[in-house]
Amino acid sequence: MSQKKILLSHGGGGEETQNLIKDLFFKHFDNDILLRMEDAASLVMNDHKIAFTTDSFVVSPLFFKGGNIGKLAIAGTVNDLSMMGAKPRYMTCSFMIEEGFLYSHLEEIVITMRDEMAKSGVKIVAGDTKVVPKGGVDGLFINTSGIGEIMCEDISAHNLENDDVIIVSNEVGNHGACILATREEIELESNLQTDCTSLWKPVEALIDAGVKIHALRDATRGGLSAVLNEWAVTSHVCIEVDEAKIPVAKEVRGVCELLGFEPYEFANEGTMVIALPQSEVEKAVEVLKGFDETAKVAIIGKVSDLYRDKVILHTPWGSERFLEPPKGELLPRIC
Amino acid sequence: MSEVEVDLIEGFRNPEHMKALAALIKKECTSKINIMEVCGGHTHTIMKFGLSQILPDFIEFVHGPGCPVCIMPKERIDHAIALASMPNTILATLGDMIRVPGSKTSLQKLRAEGKDIRSLYSPLDVIKIAKENPDKNVVFFAIGFETTTPMSAVLVQQAIEQNLSNIFFHINHVTVPEAVDAIMSGGDAKIDAFLGPSHVSVITGFKIYEPIAETYHTPVVVSGFEPTDVMESVLRIVRQMNEGKSVVENEYARAVSREGNLKAQELVDTYFEQREHFRWRGIGDIPMSALKLRPKFSAFDAEIVFDEILPKTELNDHKMCICGDILKGKAKPFDCKVFGKACTPSNPMGSCMVSSEGACAAYFKYGKLNLKGAKA
Repeated sequence: MSQKKILLSHGGGGEETQNLIKDLFFKHFDNDILLRMEDAASLVMNDHKIAFTTDSFVVSPLFFKGGNIGKLAIAGTVNDLSMMGAKPRYMTCSFMIEEGFLYSHLEEIVITMRDEMAKSGVKIVAGDTKVVPKGGVDGLFINTSGIGEIMCEDISAHNLENDDVIIVSNEVGNHGACILATREEIELESNLQTDCTSLWKPVEALIDAGVKIHALRDATRGGLSAVLNEWAVTSHVCIEVDEAKIPVAKEVRGVCELLGFEPYEFANEGTMVIALPQSEVEKAVEVLKGFDETAKVAIIGKVSDLYRDKVILHTPWGSERFLEPPKGELLPRIC
Repeated sequence: MSEVEVDLIEGFRNPEHMKALAALIKKECTSKINIMEVCGGHTHTIMKFGLSQILPDFIEFVHGPGCPVCIMPKERIDHAIALASMPNTILATLGDMIRVPGSKTSLQKLRAEGKDIRSLYSPLDVIKIAKENPDKNVVFFAIGFETTTPMSAVLVQQAIEQNLSNIFFHINHVTVPEAVDAIMSGGDAKIDAFLGPSHVSVITGFKIYEPIAETYHTPVVVSGFEPTDVMESVLRIVRQMNEGKSVVENEYARAVSREGNLKAQELVDTYFEQREHFRWRGIGDIPMSALKLRPKFSAFDAEIVFDEILPKTELNDHKMCICGDILKGKAKPFDCKVFGKACTPSNPMGSCMVSSEGACAAYFKYGKLNLKGAKA
């Protein structure tokens, strides 16, 4: 019998990724901190509460509308820390560069990283550079790790409660659709831009305003659907969302219809999902409306006990269905 | 003149229109109607938008044979696997064909072993791949109904015009009317009307369904894929049934005519001819239901050029799998004992679960709120 192999779907952010993490990594790296499955590890060192995270960036193409791999590498790690209520302080950065990569492109990426860091005040304090023979990597891979100072505790995927309200900070699916549209093999003409940006400032403003947040997550790979399903399972609740209220850009809807995808499964790189008590909603929305990157904030649903561990999508004409977590590779429909 | 922005999505999902159509159907439908949606795209629309939930119980949707991935027999997937395993070869195909298991492996697993297998968005990318890899054979594993066939024909035309001798075609294009006829002529299908896929008729015209409507006394409404398209088509079917009519109606008049795209039809006819036999997965042989390259283009025909490496054994589905009955409209995914248990999209046993366009995949993804006992 042939040996089991890693497939592209194992990295898609959906069910197969979760299975790989749980069945292999968690099995052998087993510890209480890792098993909490948060965006970043929450640590206590000499009474200082810190968040620690790492991420690798392997996007193709490297440059896209509204950003490049460098912007992603900073925003991704800054956001993982921010989602734990942690002020991003220090980062490490590793570059894996393919032989023959243009110096000017690398410089453009590095300058973008510098500008993105300025938004949250995070600093790169250590790094590593490797150049590999042609074909060893696809142009450029970047890994970043980050440490942040926890400013607000108890934000967790475990904390959702009945009657909590679910908010998204921006339109969903812009990054995934933008990357797909930019890919050489599709080359769709559109003005669609990635949502890629650092979210520390709006998160800090929520904390400063005293908004009580139950759960916070940036909806990266697997999109809104993956976040909601993970929360429903982790907190053993039902999440009910109203399809008409989920903000989706027309261009994203167009890409989805053309290729047979759902915007709720597309990656975002600057859009967060928030679960919070009803009493906090008004204040949170007011704060988020004050920032460009979260001005399109929308209340999309609530937590209930209708079907535990499940997400229900209500259509505007009165039908409903489960919003399943994404599975497999994103493959376009045939006809 | 001022510019008017036409919204091609929201306009066809207007909640008020949806509710109004549902109310009309509810009012006018007074007896049971089994409607077969021939195409997997319609199954997805029905399930994704929860249309059954807002329609009267009298309306029963029955899935048909219209998913090009679902109907591909295992032996032809083994062909793709054999071709992709040849040295110095790039195999290209569309969509989730790469996930479908053959007798031993799938193209997806073969790709993880280092074989060069490409999942394309457009068949014309094959030209670019062939030009960039002049020292390799590029095999295009062509799949799909009448909708995608013209693109394959254009590809053959361009390969010839550009003198590209390293492109080969494994043609698996199939045709809707013969499949529908095979199901109806079996005599045991309880189908009262059909939703015809609009994208097929954009190419072929809606005339292709006229013999079916006439022979089997079943209304056929050629329908778009948006929720209001399907709802309006159902209403038209209800009205035909009430009036005792069985004709072909064209709901998708915004792109479909009776004659269809004559240029595309001519192009297809130039390069392809009917196969005498093609075995449909789960259904069996349906004579004259598929296409192949005309003999004068045999130098491009992967089935002829690489004949000696292609497996010849016919392979059936797993015994527990009822995909054949589902494709014939005799059973629903929920009727299958392994549905959602041993057979899931992550670990599919049958073809209807493999393809994201398959009936089982649609029922699994969207339909579980309709399942008895689904409540936690």
